[in-house]
Amino acid sequence: MSGRLLVEARGLTKTYRARKGVPPFRAVDGIDFELGRGEVFGFLGPNGAGKSSTMRMLGAISPVSTGTLRVLGMDPAHEGPEIRSRIGVVPQDDCLDRELTVRENLFVYGRYFGLAKNVIRDRIVGLLAFAQLEEKADAQVETLSGGMRRRLTIARSLINEPEILLLDEPTTGLDPQARHVLWDRLYRLKRDGVTLIITTHYMDEAEQLCDRLAVMDAGRIVAEGSPRELIDAHVTREVLELRFQPDVHAEVAERLRAAELGERIEVLPDRVVVYADDGEVALVAVHEMSLSPITALVRRATLEDVFLKLTGRSLVD
Amino acid sequence: MRAWYAFRYWLTVYARTWRGTIVISFANPMLFLLGIGLGLGHLVDHGHSTTLGGVSYTAFFAPGLLAASAMQTGFIEGGGRVANAAGAVGAYRTAVTTPLEPSEIMAGHLLFIAFRVLTSSAVFVAVMALFGVGTGWWVLAALPAALLTGLAFGAPAAAWAVGVRSIAKTQTLYRFVLMPMYLFSGTFFALSQLPSGIRLVASALPLSQGVALCRSLTLGTASAQTVAARAGYLLALVVVGIVVARITYRRRLHA
Repeated sequence: MSGRLLVEARGLTKTYRARKGVPPFRAVDGIDFELGRGEVFGFLGPNGAGKSSTMRMLGAISPVSTGTLRVLGMDPAHEGPEIRSRIGVVPQDDCLDRELTVRENLFVYGRYFGLAKNVIRDRIVGLLAFAQLEEKADAQVETLSGGMRRRLTIARSLINEPEILLLDEPTTGLDPQARHVLWDRLYRLKRDGVTLIITTHYMDEAEQLCDRLAVMDAGRIVAEGSPRELIDAHVTREVLELRFQPDVHAEVAERLRAAELGERIEVLPDRVVVYADDGEVALVAVHEMSLSPITALVRRATLEDVFLKLTGRSLVD
Repeated sequence: MRAWYAFRYWLTVYARTWRGTIVISFANPMLFLLGIGLGLGHLVDHGHSTTLGGVSYTAFFAPGLLAASAMQTGFIEGGGRVANAAGAVGAYRTAVTTPLEPSEIMAGHLLFIAFRVLTSSAVFVAVMALFGVGTGWWVLAALPAALLTGLAFGAPAAAWAVGVRSIAKTQTLYRFVLMPMYLFSGTFFALSQLPSGIRLVASALPLSQGVALCRSLTLGTASAQTVAARAGYLLALVVVGIVVARITYRRRLHA
């Protein structure tokens, strides 16, 4: 493999064997991607798209079913411990020790890597500052807020000074303010040159953080590129959202299609979406057809629209 | 070496939580020993029972209770605790993201289970010595026997529990398998008192081996042959437990 690539996956699949009452299940269905140093790469997709399974394979804790995977130039099947010693993992559930303090959580984790006590103690000082948890250093994890716990989990994942950091749904379940604090911390890591791989089903998170994205659905990558590239390639610049009485949405959509309004019309349960490069022009046309929506909104196209176009479904059910 | 890291983790957590284990590991066996050994023993000894081999009831009962307590500690640590650790937010979920391999996570936890059985058994043996139970220094020989008994349950329990998705199952197993074994393995009475059919089954139970081993060593009545046979039986359970656990740990933790 070339020296610049930190991760290289070819035809990667993951099939879980059958368990009692659970049939065998193919979670990842042949994906290819690569990742260079310093990049922030995101897997965007709904729950069950195969993002977490992909992350587990990358983290060398779940064997690859078929295909090839190289992480830091190594094969996870044979060099799992070496790979894990050089990456950091932030699991979806924090998996912190609730009866231990913040500092103890960092300490016991560092000991797993065989780090010397004084090395860990030195690093803990910096990590507590990074996670803005200095004042909570000796508090039990039980007493921390969700946002603090997540920051502690990120701090913990950095104890071995990893070359790649894997973050599985880093802000799921956090309130908006806690999300912004967390994003700020992740920007800092990016600025410091840490390579990040993030899974998310929040399109705003993907747009904010990721240099490059793989849109996943049903175990496959359905599109790949920078957030801007994906939007340019798959949807119009603007979007017009119209709300009518729900029972007339299908009929309205037919009329709009007949009038060849915009490039594409989608009907969602609560609205009709018109993809047009100029949303205001499209709205004027709607009014000229003597349709009177209850509400009308013109906005910039987002990754949510890309996902809808590619899969016919919304990201968040 | 990395298994040692896992062991150290459990020790650190234990340093925080050991107080909560005092009752089940130390106080309960002591109360049993006092209540049953001295209370019930008074009745038994006055009945001039011959099936106890000419020793006081306390001397008969104490090493049996030592083995039964070791089984209990081994099973609780290897059963419920392992199932918890393997759960969605359990300690194993953190350990797998480090260089530790599933077999090392398992070995480290078994070391800790051994530590728990050994320390609680040591306290018990000290109390036995205090009560004057046993033939001189022989009582110390019961300690490795208790450890072996604890691991004969702890290792297979861990092998099984790592794949268990509901903690309630470990409690069910405890109630319906471990408790009957606790009662029918010659802890409280000599197996020779049982009708021959039941006696055969009872004496084949793993705890019966542990009880007989601890008792014969404590009372100084052990022969090399019986010690080897019983220790071999228990050791086989430990080995089978470890061999199976290597598979089940990998299967659950590296799914």
